[in-house]
Amino acid sequence: MNYASPSVRLAHLHKAYGKTVAVEELSLEILPGEIFGLIGPDGAGKTTVMRIVAALTLPDGGQAEVMGHDVATHPMRVKEHIGYMPQRFSLYPDLTVAENLRFFADLYKVPTAERIVREQRLMQFSRLGPFRKRRAAQLSGGMKQKLALACTLMHTPEVLILDEPTTGVDPLSRQEFWAILRELAASGQALLVSTPYMDEALLCHRVALMHNGRVLTAGQPHDIPAHFKHRLLEIVAGDVPRARKRLLTCGPAGIQVSRFGDRLHVVYGTADQERQIRSCLAEESAEIFTVPPSIEDTFVTLMHEGSSR
Amino acid sequence: MRRMLAIATKEFYHIIRDVRSLALAVAMPLMMVFLYGYALDMEMKNLPVGVLDDDHSPASRDLVRRMTAGHFIVDAGRLESRAEVDRGFRRDKFRAVLVIPQGYQRALSSNDLAFVQILVDGADGTTAAAVNNYLNAVIAMMNRDLVRASGGRMTPPLELRARTWYNPELASAHFIVPGLAAVILIMICVLLTSIAITREKETGTMEQMLTTPVHAWEVIIGKVVPYMGVGALDAALVLLAGRVVFGVPMAGSWWVLAAYSLLYVAIALALGLLISAVTRTQRTAMTAALMGTVMPTIMLSGFIFPISSMPWPLQALSHLIPARYYIEILRGIMLRGELWFPKQLAIMCVMAFGLLTLAVRRFQSRLDLL
Repeated sequence: MNYASPSVRLAHLHKAYGKTVAVEELSLEILPGEIFGLIGPDGAGKTTVMRIVAALTLPDGGQAEVMGHDVATHPMRVKEHIGYMPQRFSLYPDLTVAENLRFFADLYKVPTAERIVREQRLMQFSRLGPFRKRRAAQLSGGMKQKLALACTLMHTPEVLILDEPTTGVDPLSRQEFWAILRELAASGQALLVSTPYMDEALLCHRVALMHNGRVLTAGQPHDIPAHFKHRLLEIVAGDVPRARKRLLTCGPAGIQVSRFGDRLHVVYGTADQERQIRSCLAEESAEIFTVPPSIEDTFVTLMHEGSSR
Repeated sequence: MRRMLAIATKEFYHIIRDVRSLALAVAMPLMMVFLYGYALDMEMKNLPVGVLDDDHSPASRDLVRRMTAGHFIVDAGRLESRAEVDRGFRRDKFRAVLVIPQGYQRALSSNDLAFVQILVDGADGTTAAAVNNYLNAVIAMMNRDLVRASGGRMTPPLELRARTWYNPELASAHFIVPGLAAVILIMICVLLTSIAITREKETGTMEQMLTTPVHAWEVIIGKVVPYMGVGALDAALVLLAGRVVFGVPMAGSWWVLAAYSLLYVAIALALGLLISAVTRTQRTAMTAALMGTVMPTIMLSGFIFPISSMPWPLQALSHLIPARYYIEILRGIMLRGELWFPKQLAIMCVMAFGLLTLAVRRFQSRLDLL
């Protein structure tokens, strides 16, 4: 494998459903051994991008290539090189773990001897071994996702496409799942993963922040906050909603207040604004810190600017 | 081939593990045979006929005995006066009344003309005509016997005897069961497969399957094969019920019948898959399956309405109904013992192949049009 050639290459992709634009002017490349994360809210166009790469949906414009094969002209070639895990659990609930694996091995025409070896390895790797004879319907959320992943790995694809694989999975299983993904990448597979979780963005090699079908910014997750061109205050208050309401009434114009769990993040531009914020909250029992922007702060701010543009 | 077998195996698991649907697929056709078999049985039996006997003689009692000897008519009781006739008709106590006037025996024994009267409820035209014919026949037979008994000096009267071939008793079950089998089989088999693809579209498993390099024909054929087993089981049950319960004769070979039935089942399954390939939801698919099979088959297959008496546009349309050919074959095998139907066989093969090809071509391997 020549490391200079990307496993997935998307150039100027465009896709619309009727009048709704799902993907606009999207270009990106994924290298072998790389986990590429698509980050963004529901409706950002992540699923559409993944379906285009999986040759399930034709782009209206632009080009998409997987391992050098064009998805529009050679969909079957593309399908031989990819493993795709849809967002919704899409295996057969009435088949057992082993039967589901067998079914996908057959669809990919994995030779029998190889199938047995791989099945054993995947069982070990996913720790599904003890549940071989259990019907998929009776697996827990985390186990279902691991089974789905195992099914897409049966034919050792060069490119893995995972659409929100950890949505609805408990935190421990999420961690375990990501450990598996890192291992796969280390073995040279290219991974395209979408996630709504910002903490998972940090586990990717590169990420693209998507909003309304566009890539707002892309790069290594630790570099993303460099795109944050503002100042940030974190406010820890006893009554977060009240502090927020107060800020919106007496705070300066042009600031952006977002709730991050039990605290508020306030994005502002000038020292003057900062003074106003502090005096506005003087009566609240609130602690105010200056914090470095996270990837999520960057995303929220970029999204804001993107939609007000 | 391997992919096709994988899909067939998987489909087989779906069928045997969904016990409720399987039970339904087996019980429904049987239930329909009984329901429609009895309801559509146009043979008349046990018609209640009242008797108003003013003669009270051995001869009049003999007449009543002869009338009720078969199981066509049952004695619905004695009436005392004419006034009871109208009341009885209105209350559906009987469909006809035999009136034997006073002096009946005397007239018979003195070689005079004896009169009897039949009053028929004309509200139900079909029944009225049947009762009328039957009672007339009984009277005619009695006349003949009486003439013979009274010395035989008279030459026997000319007799017109109508005979019906193949169905000498004109038992309607013999005609109805083959047609019924055709209707039930196409309905069940189309229903079976009509949801086979739409269900996977709804649950999302189709999306997963389409990301593998599977071809449309592998999916379609893989889904037809296991359902052939269910279809064959249904065909066997329906035809056996016709034989055992409704006494339809079997003049030909069961094996020949099985072969043609499998072809018919294949047509139905292919039609179901075509519906499944072009619809999005199971609900739409099932509606289309029912609308597309039951009515056209009942109306245009020759099951109830003879094709030869239809206006020409409907006659032309009936050529597209698979059941038309299957009914011809069934009646041919079961009633006449034939075994070779080259025309019907050719047409049915073309239909099966054509529908399968169409299903494969309309099957979308992308999600856009799903």
